[in-house]
Amino acid sequence: MPSQAVLEELNLKELIIGSELSSPNAHGGNVAWSLIRRRKPNNNPNRKMEQLKTIGRELAMGSQGGFGQSKEFLDLVKSIGESRSKAEEDRIVLTEIDTLKRKLLEPDIPKRKLKEHIIRLVYIEMLGHDASFGYIHAVKMTHDDSLLLKRTGYLAVTLFLDEDHDLIILIVNTIQKDLRSDNYLVVCAALNAVCRLINEETIPAVLPQVVDLLSHGKEAVRKKAIMALHRFHRKSPSSVSHLVSNFRRKLCDNDPGVMGATLCPLFDLISEDVNSYKDLVSSFVSILKQVTERRLPKSYDYHQMPAPFIQIKLLKIMALLSSGDKSASEMMYMVLGDLFRKCDSSTNIGNAILYECIRCISCIVPSPQLLESAADAISKFLKSDSHNLKYMGIDGLGRLIKISSDIAEQHQLAVIDCLEDPDDTLKRKTFELLYKMTKSSNVEVIVDRMIDYMISINDNHYKTEIASRCVELAEQFAPSNQWFIQIMNKVFEHAGDLVNIKVAHNLMRLIAEGFGEDDDDADNKLRLSAVESYLQIISEPKLPSLFLQVISWVLGEYGTADGKYSASYISGKLCDVADAYSSDETVKGYAVSALMKIYAFEIASGRKVDVLPECQTLIEELLASHSTDLQQRAYELQALLALDARAVESILPLDASCEDIEVDKDLSFLNGYIQQAIESGAQPYISERERSGMFETTDYHSQDHHEVTSHALRFEAYELPKPSVPSQASTTALVPVPEPSYYSEPHQPISTSSSVSERESSEIKLRLDGVKQKWGRPSYQSSTSASSSTPPQAANGTSTHSDGGVASSSSSRPRSSYEPKKPEINPEKQRLAASLFGGSSTSRSDRKSSSGGHKPAKGTANRAATVPKENPTPVPDLLDFDEPTATSGVAATDPFKELEGLMESSSQDGGGSTDVMGLYGAPVKTTTSVDSLLSELSDSSRGTYHQSQTTKGPNSKEALEKDALVRQMGVNPTSQNPTLFKDLLG
Amino acid sequence: MIKAVMIMNTQGKPRVAKFYDFLAVEKQQELIRGVFSVLSSRPDNVSNFLEIDSLFGPDSRLVYKHYATLYFVLVFDGSENELAMLDLIQVLVETLDKCFSNVCELDIVFNYSKMHTVLDEIVFGGQVLETRSDEVIKAVEEISKLEAASNSISLVPKSVSGWRGGGR
Repeated sequence: MPSQAVLEELNLKELIIGSELSSPNAHGGNVAWSLIRRRKPNNNPNRKMEQLKTIGRELAMGSQGGFGQSKEFLDLVKSIGESRSKAEEDRIVLTEIDTLKRKLLEPDIPKRKLKEHIIRLVYIEMLGHDASFGYIHAVKMTHDDSLLLKRTGYLAVTLFLDEDHDLIILIVNTIQKDLRSDNYLVVCAALNAVCRLINEETIPAVLPQVVDLLSHGKEAVRKKAIMALHRFHRKSPSSVSHLVSNFRRKLCDNDPGVMGATLCPLFDLISEDVNSYKDLVSSFVSILKQVTERRLPKSYDYHQMPAPFIQIKLLKIMALLSSGDKSASEMMYMVLGDLFRKCDSSTNIGNAILYECIRCISCIVPSPQLLESAADAISKFLKSDSHNLKYMGIDGLGRLIKISSDIAEQHQLAVIDCLEDPDDTLKRKTFELLYKMTKSSNVEVIVDRMIDYMISINDNHYKTEIASRCVELAEQFAPSNQWFIQIMNKVFEHAGDLVNIKVAHNLMRLIAEGFGEDDDDADNKLRLSAVESYLQIISEPKLPSLFLQVISWVLGEYGTADGKYSASYISGKLCDVADAYSSDETVKGYAVSALMKIYAFEIASGRKVDVLPECQTLIEELLASHSTDLQQRAYELQALLALDARAVESILPLDASCEDIEVDKDLSFLNGYIQQAIESGAQPYISERERSGMFETTDYHSQDHHEVTSHALRFEAYELPKPSVPSQASTTALVPVPEPSYYSEPHQPISTSSSVSERESSEIKLRLDGVKQKWGRPSYQSSTSASSSTPPQAANGTSTHSDGGVASSSSSRPRSSYEPKKPEINPEKQRLAASLFGGSSTSRSDRKSSSGGHKPAKGTANRAATVPKENPTPVPDLLDFDEPTATSGVAATDPFKELEGLMESSSQDGGGSTDVMGLYGAPVKTTTSVDSLLSELSDSSRGTYHQSQTTKGPNSKEALEKDALVRQMGVNPTSQNPTLFKDLLG
Repeated sequence: MIKAVMIMNTQGKPRVAKFYDFLAVEKQQELIRGVFSVLSSRPDNVSNFLEIDSLFGPDSRLVYKHYATLYFVLVFDGSENELAMLDLIQVLVETLDKCFSNVCELDIVFNYSKMHTVLDEIVFGGQVLETRSDEVIKAVEEISKLEAASNSISLVPKSVSGWRGGGR
């Protein structure tokens, strides 16, 4: 026996895991757990004694083929556990490796010993040490006839070897033999190895045996054979493509476990090709029905739920099959309804099924009743105390708002709570939700929140993601240019090294191009505000390189344009930058180019230029720089200073960064020369792409790299410009502004679950929200440009009109949104909720109108005002409305009134407090913004139809239909895409 | 698909690590360390989920559960249900508890191969194979019985001496 003392020592440190089986996380006290709890006495000594006995027993039984280990292993584990440092651990492990090396070479090792050696080897490798010397011994063990050694051998090789390892070739033969063994446990062990060790080349060697096993007598073997085939399919779909019918057949296996296993490969197959499996919809529905009706043997119950894992898999499969398919979806309505009714939401697994139902409903063509049930389930999740359920609730909400956008509204406070939760996972999920529901009315609050969070975290991976989301939202929905620049400054300042270089190029382009309207005044204002903000920021220490590049460029182009700042002031600042960041050549290059521009503008306008002494020093230093690029810039600058005004003006014309440079990309002027060369026997040119066939110029990173290293003068040919985006080259720096393609990135995490419908709806979302977009992607603007090209007056008139309608009816609507149960909610939070979900305010609308957009409606269109407010707030951003369900709202007037009172008081005492928005000056306005929540979320323009829709219920489909109608009739020209909802309606 | 199953103690020592796609030893270590540093920084009473794209690539989620001195961790992709995975951990622990009667960290350390046997019955090639712990235990017991038989038949004398050695 190993010394009791050792065991005791170890035991004192260990706690029994089982005692926590019924931790607070385990949802619902099910029978099994409570049994365990009862079985375990609470006093530790007893438990430990029992524990000691167990281990002692195991050790004693070691020789009988149990799982016990010898004292050496015990000592090894113990000493590693006690080691104080990594070095000490390494020393122990190295000694152990030496011992094992020696022992494995001994002849005639008893099998049990051999097994233990190999297990020690696995253990060592798990700790991160190299055990490759023992691989061959593990391989040899798989050849052994005894099950003990064979299984150990297989276990070790599956953990040690990669499927392309050289030693695999020594195992394939054994696997083949074992797959044919009479002993089903040997077969199982071999199948286990097949999953891990067989690569594409060796699949044919074992495939026939595995297929034979599909009809094995033991269901355990059939299950594993299916899984192995599934694995083959994942590795090399072509190798098993002729066997796909087997999966269909195995769906009818008389063992439910085998049927359940078959769902795994079918899920993969169906997600690759939905249409070939449409015929299975009815089978899946009937299987699910049978499962929910408890037709399976009782042993498949788990926590009183019938075969929950099978149910979940089936729901996933059906979500795939019925996505966008009305008839298939309709077949599922009944069973889904049943599930909502039957699911026990007190257990974890019951909630798992409920969540899966929500997910399924968000994919299929839903019925109104199902949507309602899903919304109920979500609200139960969100109201729960469990963070897990809240997380699921937020996730479900994010899925459902794509279909029925008014769902989020009732949960706004819960969402705000999640946003402030200490749980990081939940917070991120909530940000994802906010990202999905951002629109021009709430973009400021959401982006501000995101930036605050971005600043607070250290995780670079997530920081990058959230930064790019901020940029994307800011580009899409920015209410004003000043705001946009502020946001970009913050993003650059705090995550400058993480954002894509294209963001910087885009920002420069925005500043250069301005509104894209013929409003020079506004453009100049924008530039001046940019210059001012940069001059403030520039002296802060340690700015990211990319940000400095933007700053230098903007200061160079527009620093002196307004006449507010003198050339020497700006050039002094630029020299400071070049000095402070002397190790960053890119920044220096930008700074020198900026200096050159400033001097050029000075010379061109006929003023006398005095080069500051520090500039002179800088130029001289750079003339001798190691970097040829910097050298060239310095020489160019020096040469330019010597030229006269006329020459300088033609080299660097003022504010010409947006002018297109004519580039003869075919180099047609060389045709004659080429002709001549070919005539005299030269080989005609074959493009690089044709030569290698592999060269991908679109490679993201190489491009980036390229731009960083040769930021100014490029000597290679430009990439072919994309036809839709005219290449915007800056005259001076000759940096081609690349097509802004970074925006596709942030979508990835959301859409990777890659269900068709999700992709569809993300597309929809983009189009939906395109309306306020002022910069960014030309491709998305194309659809909106049509509406903006309508005569401005007409557009204005109508938009004002509809805005008025929106404003009045939103203010008239009784508040139907808040949870009436919580009247004592923190007013701060309520205001935040209002701004997130409603988010319109006077100050914004003022800004809006000043920025050339809409004119605030003066409440002239109070057509539908049932409860006229003293000062209906214009809500120019509201594109639409969901009607207040005037009928349903009546039932709940009291809570609303209550809340109104609350809001009033809150906005009174918090008028000047530091809310994110802090924009609710008057109670009425707050009310309006809260009310406008619904309308914001549904993001369509129903306002004009308000009167006729008094009976609208929660039926979102009807609403969509009406919407589409409204759009088709062109009643509301502010909306962007009339065809939008046609897609949804099929 | 399930990408990895890990069991580690609260000091960050791995107890079981199984990756369903091959990874080099160094990479495995890196991931184990990464997961541990995230887990150890999480407060109590928060959700059991983590989005862990930064370690395991896009669309990776992690579910963990803290029992006594151990973290049980499952890493998987978007085709699995988080709450169901949480229950899978329950299944695993429940099974282990039945196997070892009052399972503790020591049991897992010393019964490394049995641990793997249990795990292989529950998760197979990255897919959930069996969630009924009784079935799992039945299979595991059958295996150990046969292993014992195969061992004793071929090696009677040594096994006897081993038995004596153990009993001494």
